[in-house]
Amino acid sequence: MTQTTIAGGAARTRPATAVITGLGVVAPNGMGAEEYWTATLRGESGIAPLGDRMAKYPARLAGQVASFVAEEHIPSKLMPQTDRVTRLALAAAEWALADAGLRPAELPEYSMGVVTSNASGGFEFTHREIQKLWTQGPQTVSVYESFAWFYAVNTGQISIRHGMRGPSGVLVAEQAGGLDAVGHARRAVRRGTPHIVTGGVESSFDPWGWVSHIASGRLSGRTDPARAYLPFDGAADGYVPGEGGAILILEDAGAAARRGAAKVYGEVAGYAATFDPRPGSGRPPGLEYAIRKALDDAGARPETIDVVFADAAGVPRLDREEAAAITAVFGPGGVPVSAPKALTGRLYAGSGPLDVACALLCIRDGLIPAVPNIGDLPADYRIDLVRGDAPRPAKVRNALVLARGKGGFNAAVVLRKEAQ
Amino acid sequence: MTLDDLRRIMVACAGEDEHVDLAGDIIDRTFAELGYDSLAVMETAARIEGEFGVKIPDEQVPELATPRALLDCVSRATVS
Amino acid sequence: MDRRTVITGMGVLAPGGTGTKDFLELLASGRTATRRISFFDPSPFRSQVAAECDFDPAVAGLTHREARRMDRATQLAVVAARQAVAEAGIEPDELDPHRVAVSVGTAVGATTSLEREYLVLSDSGRDWLVDPGYASPHLFDYFVPSAIASEVAWVIDAEGPAAIVSSGCTSGLDSVGYAHQLIREGTADVVLTGATDAPISPIAVACFDAIKATTPRNDDAEHASRPFDLTRNGFVLGEGAAMLVLEEYEHARRRGAHIIAEINGYATRCNAYHMTGLKPDGREMAEAITAALAEAGMDGDAVDYINAHGSGTKQNDRHETAAFKRALGDHAYQTPVSSIKSMIGHSLGAIGSIEIVACALAIENGLVPPTANLRERDPECDLDYVPIHARDQRVDTVLSVGSGFGGFQSAMLLSRLGNGD
Repeated sequence: MTQTTIAGGAARTRPATAVITGLGVVAPNGMGAEEYWTATLRGESGIAPLGDRMAKYPARLAGQVASFVAEEHIPSKLMPQTDRVTRLALAAAEWALADAGLRPAELPEYSMGVVTSNASGGFEFTHREIQKLWTQGPQTVSVYESFAWFYAVNTGQISIRHGMRGPSGVLVAEQAGGLDAVGHARRAVRRGTPHIVTGGVESSFDPWGWVSHIASGRLSGRTDPARAYLPFDGAADGYVPGEGGAILILEDAGAAARRGAAKVYGEVAGYAATFDPRPGSGRPPGLEYAIRKALDDAGARPETIDVVFADAAGVPRLDREEAAAITAVFGPGGVPVSAPKALTGRLYAGSGPLDVACALLCIRDGLIPAVPNIGDLPADYRIDLVRGDAPRPAKVRNALVLARGKGGFNAAVVLRKEAQ
Repeated sequence: MTLDDLRRIMVACAGEDEHVDLAGDIIDRTFAELGYDSLAVMETAARIEGEFGVKIPDEQVPELATPRALLDCVSRATVS
Repeated sequence: MDRRTVITGMGVLAPGGTGTKDFLELLASGRTATRRISFFDPSPFRSQVAAECDFDPAVAGLTHREARRMDRATQLAVVAARQAVAEAGIEPDELDPHRVAVSVGTAVGATTSLEREYLVLSDSGRDWLVDPGYASPHLFDYFVPSAIASEVAWVIDAEGPAAIVSSGCTSGLDSVGYAHQLIREGTADVVLTGATDAPISPIAVACFDAIKATTPRNDDAEHASRPFDLTRNGFVLGEGAAMLVLEEYEHARRRGAHIIAEINGYATRCNAYHMTGLKPDGREMAEAITAALAEAGMDGDAVDYINAHGSGTKQNDRHETAAFKRALGDHAYQTPVSSIKSMIGHSLGAIGSIEIVACALAIENGLVPPTANLRERDPECDLDYVPIHARDQRVDTVLSVGSGFGGFQSAMLLSRLGNGD
């Protein structure tokens, strides 16, 4: 007997409410959501130089999940067939499910899906195999190369590990892709699949991956971990890449209530994505429109947003664009802006979901993380960046998370404390 | 090539199942019982070819159901 | 009132067929485009056969600068996108850019350029610590494949959502499925969607060699891709791109566009079983088909052609034969099933979109494409696989399916727009 979960597309009058019930975090400044949150509130950074082997490279700072020992989290049988990125993703998924108290084996077989984003695949794995190919011959290439590096690997391995057979997917939009995954996961919930594992995790710090990061032309040239990545600062010099991210459990609010979910962190109330106009077109960038569409989607007025988690590129031109978009919607200094990724580096597909986790914890505890080491902002930014050494207490009911991807991608998510 | 060589290579190629005692009497148990799927056997065969300089014909690999069958196949390939 | 998705323009670069006209001619003739690999010396490899596109970026209209910055997969996608937009008769400046979206499927992104760059940076593999001094200014855009979506978005000046869909070998179906959902839910009125892959590079050939998924039939390259045939022994790696202009039905009608076909339903499932293996029962693919039919509001009996995944591995052919029977019951036995991978190989993430173009052409031209090289049917595959010769036959409703590493199983339904519409 087959079981059909699609509920006839999107024509329903009132779409299902999607809530986040579990967080799995692997961040450079903390493993597990609580450790990450504590470190973030204290302003503890996970940015450090890569090992001495990488001394020859012009930039060497990276946000590293240094304390992750894969063997402690991943079954021996999965080790030879997985890159570090997939081990991080599997661990994060496990923690998110445990946090949600969700036991996949007890659920109907097509009621869970997996939607993740990933921008660089299992890069170290493919680096090793391609080196074997070119130095020892094709016969030495591993059977696992056929899937260990491709962008779909995290979704596939999470689905297999936990027996999730519902609608699944994989999206890539550089740094914006992680929020697109959350948006697509909500779409899957609205189309009738009650439980979706979503988010994104990244890791690509082998030498070839590292040189590819450098090639973005946007990395900070500084060597002091505290001074390298200073988003919105007048002295911003570029960003520091990081590894890790977050896996989230997104559920239909009714289904979560029926199974007695212990925690509801908040609702994914709004989502929108836009693409910047072609360079040289003279049209304005698309971030402001993404914000307005996401607010509209959430049915939220700008004054109801209590905090914005910025994309925080750390590149002056991009910081200025983002500040202008925030100011256009919220007015000068109209909303507190936080940028906790200054403590982790930019995680590509991992950053959006990690910021979603951070925003939900901010809503829970009423504390907005402060960005340390930031000096004066250029006067024309006119944003209220929460900076300094201590978090800012605030009553937070609605949070906006932004992400922008190189190449023109913008995404925005509105999170709401209580589901409506 | 010995059973110990095979154990070492299999663990390197495909890890070990926590419910299986590889140190025990495994020579006639099927790879499936030992927790190894067809990809694991394929990877193991390729590694053996590289390390021992033998050729295991493609069409034989799926037929190799047990460590004994694999070791016999390698020793035949070594002789020829 | 449900929003409906229609196809109003198509572009395709397939091995042996550039543009929909040539591609249709290829499908009708049953000619094969598989051959010995010419892009590099394939002699060290187990499988030395591929379906290559004879593609010259300059002839295809790309400027020198465009060709230099774009990976081959990007080039193919952009050229196919321009064809699709031209065929749709769309002038980008007549559209509201915020209502135009883009989704592009790819399984392996810019793998060809990455490998080429790697060889330069690593001194042909000798240096683990690759040399940053030799890095191309475009390396980052090869590293993160969403650069492909950016280039495609610029073809139509899209400012709505844009993304890469990368679910392995079902990417081409899932990308169009994603676009269909954007239209149905009201996020976009026009989506430039499709998929591309250019994986004929040593590392991709080597990784499929390792799992013996590709055919070793090197002595008969032209007849190497043999889905459903008793003698088939693996797939033939291919490359290519297909892009489609999808529009909301009323939007297309208002501007008087020619409507090629409607997309009625789409669904995807995972088998949660194995990264490369398939269970013979075909349950999850059957479930995807059933769900797609439910969305379409159609009965399985409506399907009058099935475009199979038909990769040419024993495991796949039996898996999907079981899935068709499970989802459609006895109707599966009365429905022609064919695999165009017999002619143009398996271009990983791209093929799903190329197959959607083939399905739309089947509807438009009353033609069921054949399964080439099918001389002796595998007795365990007992459906009507349309061997060797195309059939002239009215086709109103098509089911297209895909199956890929990671366990993804996807299904889509397309149909002729009814006379009453």
